Amino acid sequence: MDIIVCVKRVPEVAEADIIIEESKKGIRTEDLVFDINEWDNYAVEEAVRIKENYGGKITVVTLGTEESQDTLRRCLAMGADEAIHLNDPIFLSGDPYATARALHAALKDKTFDLLFTGVQASDDGYGQVGPILAELFNFPHATMVTKVILAENRKVKVHRELEGGMEEVVLLDLPAVLTIQTGINEPRYVSIMGIRKAKSKEIRLLGSKEIGLSAEEVGVSGSLIEVKELFLPPVGKAAEILKGGLEEVALKALEIIKEKGGR
Amino acid sequence: MSGGIWVLIEHRRGEIREISYEMLGKGRQLAEKLAEPLVAVILASDSKPYVDKVKGYASQIMVVEDKQLEHYNAVSYQLVLSNLIEERSPRVMFLGHTSYGIDLAPRLSAALKLPLISDCIEVEVREGRIEAVRRMYADKVNARVSFRGRENGLITIRPGSFPAEVEAGGGGEVILVPSVLTAEVKARKLLEFVEAAVGEVDITRADILVSVGRGIGDVENIPLAEALAEVLGATVSCSRPIVDKKWLPKERQVGTSGKTVKPKVYLALGISGAFQHVAGMKNSGTIIAINKDPKAPIFNIAHYGIVDDVLKILPILTEKARTLKL
Repeated sequence: MDIIVCVKRVPEVAEADIIIEESKKGIRTEDLVFDINEWDNYAVEEAVRIKENYGGKITVVTLGTEESQDTLRRCLAMGADEAIHLNDPIFLSGDPYATARALHAALKDKTFDLLFTGVQASDDGYGQVGPILAELFNFPHATMVTKVILAENRKVKVHRELEGGMEEVVLLDLPAVLTIQTGINEPRYVSIMGIRKAKSKEIRLLGSKEIGLSAEEVGVSGSLIEVKELFLPPVGKAAEILKGGLEEVALKALEIIKEKGGR
Repeated sequence: MSGGIWVLIEHRRGEIREISYEMLGKGRQLAEKLAEPLVAVILASDSKPYVDKVKGYASQIMVVEDKQLEHYNAVSYQLVLSNLIEERSPRVMFLGHTSYGIDLAPRLSAALKLPLISDCIEVEVREGRIEAVRRMYADKVNARVSFRGRENGLITIRPGSFPAEVEAGGGGEVILVPSVLTAEVKARKLLEFVEAAVGEVDITRADILVSVGRGIGDVENIPLAEALAEVLGATVSCSRPIVDKKWLPKERQVGTSGKTVKPKVYLALGISGAFQHVAGMKNSGTIIAINKDPKAPIFNIAHYGIVDDVLKILPILTEKARTLKL
């Protein structure tokens, strides 16, 4: 089973203060901590588990800045065999279509059985690159995958997450493109030592020339949608914040629970 | 017929999904502003039950019937919709940002080279052009996005963004379009639906939920929440990351892919408030959120908030509740 996994390096924003750049096209990232996109981490783990059971080779691919190589090294430490970095600055700031197109151009001569992406990336959250890649390769796909079972006759059976805890089971011909949902497995711990060891593995660098796309076909120029501006969401009817020492706010909260909860 | 504001009606096992009515509501507003017809698009094997339900909501109902359209399938849906869109070029088509729309829309967009703005919470007309607002960076930033250099495109709508349309007397002229599916679709087959696992605890029946999120930090801290729940006579529930990490079973999960709950009191401990979670608990009687990030989206829907570390306040809450004999 040869598997390609597309990964992305993203800023962690859950507990960070977000400041929008003056251009209103992006956010300031200097003070943010970056890591592999959470969904992609599950996708890499799923690929490694399949490789451990069935053999084969895993190639990880990313499109991004120089620092994205940290993410590739992390994937190599998890068990990927090869890494490709689409590192041309003209690839940056593209929409999901432009991004998928560059990834496709870089991968189109490779043979593989499965291609994984995360369901979405935690930064822009479009959730589009996986299915677009499937269209460009003309392979069947399934999104929001919570279980992957290899079946006979070059097919794969996958569980897709639907709403309300329900799932559907679909059977796909191989090669297939799957977008992997969080919780599908328990991603392994990656030690600093492991990442250091992975430093000896080569990362293949590809620019627009190598993949045969012009500047018009990638990045902003190759995009189908346009981000006009970013802005902070208007504050809704905000919560009444309970103030005081820990004990004081605890007592206030319990008072509310008692009154509203009928306790 | 060309143009129109199209809404893809989403159905599963004979039931129209709520998102369809939410999209019809927004679609009507847009249709009026742009003086375009509102078109409900139904793909089904037997469309009648669905047509009867949405008839009053749209000016036209476009129907494609085919045995292979009984259930959603990415391949058959794409073939049929590509054909409809190419022949009739709608101004815009709405699809749900749901397990179906997420699966279908990007590929359809790439096949038709039609821009797709996904996961939108607002759609507006500005200087005669359609623009959408969507969330980024864990719902902390809004982005205004348009189709680049063209007028037509696809938009997926985040569930719960708009109120469901109440019947508006749309007329509902039915247009039957023949199916283009000739051969059996084989590349992707739906085998079965799997129902949500039934567990020992039904969180939808609790009066008080003590709900934990990522902020709980470690599986070893879950007993802190359980202790509080016990004193309060409450039930422990959680957000998705907790289930993903296998710290609590799936039956305890609140949200789009878990359960929808409506307790008298919902205590959100270290839950940031991602929309998938909020969709499952926003109708709770009273919501109290504890989170150390004052900008966490959960504070926008909570009635009361405490900005502090959950791990610090949890033991104190339990101890005080015990002394007060709540």
